Amino acid sequence: MMFVVASIAVLVSMALVLARAILGPTLYDRVLAGNSFGTKTVLLLGLMGYVTGRPDFLDIALLYALINFTGTIAILKFFRYRTMAGSMDDMRGQS
Amino acid sequence: MSWDVISDYIAWGFFIIGALFVIVGALGILRFPDFYTRIHASGLTDTLGAEFILIGMAIQAPSWLIAAKILMMMIFLLLTSPVATHAVAHAAWVGGLNPLTGKDLTYDEVTPTEEEPEGRV
Repeated sequence: MMFVVASIAVLVSMALVLARAILGPTLYDRVLAGNSFGTKTVLLLGLMGYVTGRPDFLDIALLYALINFTGTIAILKFFRYRTMAGSMDDMRGQS
Repeated sequence: MSWDVISDYIAWGFFIIGALFVIVGALGILRFPDFYTRIHASGLTDTLGAEFILIGMAIQAPSWLIAAKILMMMIFLLLTSPVATHAVAHAAWVGGLNPLTGKDLTYDEVTPTEEEPEGRV
């Protein structure tokens, strides 16, 4: 029962963060909202694992925490250097 | 009062506190006036709200393996959330986004009084 209450709270906060992701004037607001949304997805996955009584959801939640972090850094790198392909040393020319 | 009953009450407390922090953080992300203030709110939810909910789940964990997985998740979230938030802030700063400073942050225009003729700056 408590898991349902916590997941409702997480869903409400996801809606709020989604509103910021849509409204966000700058790109970085959206990246920040996406990152926060991903963390809440991790929580929701864990809670759903408890609600449905399936412990393997926690592995998915742990994996999603890893992927979410990597995704945020990848997005930032793309918008920072305009390309994902280049390695760091040939980025040194660009500011 | 067996351990199950006690763990239920403790978990309820952690969940309520965690849910409170998560909602307050999300509200902060939505309502703060400037990007750099929103980072503070997102930091709050990622670390504190997530930790309390995960602690509540760890208490309710039926076996040690699940509790260990939740512990791993907590450690990982604790390590990567600040790094991700810092990366976003650095990218924004380098990207030329300037923080909103000075008078724009005060929404309510204070009516000028004797000792503050031009209102609060």
